[in-house]
Amino acid sequence: MEILIYGIINSVTLALISLGFTLVYSISRLPNFAHGALYITTGYITWLFLNKFEGFPYPFAIFIGIAITCIIGALIYRFILIRIRGMEISEIIATYAIGLAILEGLRWGGLRGMTFTLPVFYPGTIEIFGVSVDYQRIIIVIVGICTFILLYLFTHFNKIGLALRGIAQDERAAMMLGIDSDTTAIISLAIGSGLAGFAAILLLPLGNIIVEAGYNVLIFAIAVCVIGGLGSWGGTVLASFIIGFAQILTEAFLSTHYQMVVALLAIIITLLVKPSGIFGKQKELEERV
Amino acid sequence: MEMMRKERIDRGIKVRTEGIYAISAMKEILYLLGPRLLLIVGVLLLPFFLELAPYWKRVINIMFVYSLLALAFDFLANYVGLVCLGGAFFVGVGGYLSAIFNSYFHIPIYLSIPLATILGALFCTLTILPCLPLRGVYFAIVTLMYPLLATRVIEALNILGGTNGITGIASFPHEYIEQYAVIFVMLICLFGMRRFVNEDIGLVIRGVKDNDQAVRASGISVTYMKTLAVFIASLMCCFGGAYIAHLYMWAGLSLFALDFSIIPIASVVIGGGGTLVGAVIGSFILVPLSEFLRFFGTFRIVIYCVLLTAFIILKSEGIMVYLQRKYHQFERWVKV
Repeated sequence: MEILIYGIINSVTLALISLGFTLVYSISRLPNFAHGALYITTGYITWLFLNKFEGFPYPFAIFIGIAITCIIGALIYRFILIRIRGMEISEIIATYAIGLAILEGLRWGGLRGMTFTLPVFYPGTIEIFGVSVDYQRIIIVIVGICTFILLYLFTHFNKIGLALRGIAQDERAAMMLGIDSDTTAIISLAIGSGLAGFAAILLLPLGNIIVEAGYNVLIFAIAVCVIGGLGSWGGTVLASFIIGFAQILTEAFLSTHYQMVVALLAIIITLLVKPSGIFGKQKELEERV
Repeated sequence: MEMMRKERIDRGIKVRTEGIYAISAMKEILYLLGPRLLLIVGVLLLPFFLELAPYWKRVINIMFVYSLLALAFDFLANYVGLVCLGGAFFVGVGGYLSAIFNSYFHIPIYLSIPLATILGALFCTLTILPCLPLRGVYFAIVTLMYPLLATRVIEALNILGGTNGITGIASFPHEYIEQYAVIFVMLICLFGMRRFVNEDIGLVIRGVKDNDQAVRASGISVTYMKTLAVFIASLMCCFGGAYIAHLYMWAGLSLFALDFSIIPIASVVIGGGGTLVGAVIGSFILVPLSEFLRFFGTFRIVIYCVLLTAFIILKSEGIMVYLQRKYHQFERWVKV
């Protein structure tokens, strides 16, 4: 029972982390290696507003944190990625470099040690089927599921969302219908960064805001996306459940050290067997010879 | 108002030195040999100049190791089309193997480094082999994972000295051997690679990057070519790792550190991708710079990354291509 409940929590966590990455990749074909950095940035900004200004309301700090991250994401595209769009090597190196710069800059700026924590939304624990779970984790699951539903509604019943999907499916056809490729890319990067920030707000109260978490988030996001198929949303959710449960199982039967190893091995095996991932939509030729 | 535009024309001497006429006069020979000799002689004399500043000797050794890594990255990324974000994996494998040979089996240093280089390259190639059919983003992602995976495995299994690393590795017998070992290897690799990419097999490897379907249609195995390329690149990186292990007399998890992945990439971008010399020049700039910036701690990485991004978006050709253009061509204003 414990494995089931914590498995679900862990899976939703992973799905939340990787949602932003997969959204950006599916819409604008940009591998956003700065994802983990944006995640930590949101946590840090929220922490700043909470602790440096006395009596700043928590929800407002969260809002500002996410908003700033959205803007950073949009700026990254507008000023950097727009110039190197389509050059795969440069895209990877540039986003990776930006992410590193943000993370190491924060570390240099004093983001070290265990003093950086965000308060939980609602303290206390509850018993579910004899397993004690704290409220924060339940909030994560509920809000996470709501986010998926909202995103689905947004991309299916909203003009901007439909434009995003149009670009994702066929860029040329969408451009002929008057959808601007760069604008949608900016929007997608803003939303993707916002989602990374949103995940950070939900998840960071469970631990400390540390730079290493940024790298881990990036790796897990990539792991989930690669296994589910880069750019496929259904695959992302499914893959996060596979990795989520695999991790909880290794934690229960082996040791926590192997958590990362499981994720990395899963990636390598998936890439060997079916490189486009479980629900990959990309054509086989695009990714392997 | 008259419209003017800038025009670029090859220098006469450049055109003359392209064919057999290169040997017609001293001037032409010098034009060709000058830059090459400048690099070779400069690099060979460097240890003597550094007698004045002994502290910098260690830095220079590391600089040459980084230039080897940058060379390997440049070769893989710009000639084979494999963007390898995990260069640290090769370094770590080479370093650890050399440490094992020297510390556990007491193999002397002049055997342990070559052994670690060759066996390490074989090991790296075998582990990367499953991922070779991938390309682009996918290959980059997987190679990014390799050093992390290696670190976690060593931590989790607590093998090879765990987080403490392997100590008690022999150092080099003499300071000059230490320096000239890496200098000669670097020069041989640099000029060897320049020749290699223009040989027949090098042309095929470049074909893999440009159009792998065409290579396959010609009846050449793409995977074999990629395997070969990765083996060559990992030879250079593993030598670097083995050398560093002996230099510091210690092999630890920091051999898998981010520095070994990111600095070579930055050097290639700054120096000019696809020129091979550019990679070396780039690391000659970046590594001493990083030494000056040691004071800033982790802020160094921020500076690299900002430099890297700036070069990618503003001056993506790199220093070397720029210099080559200035050397071979002149510019003038002409009426439109």
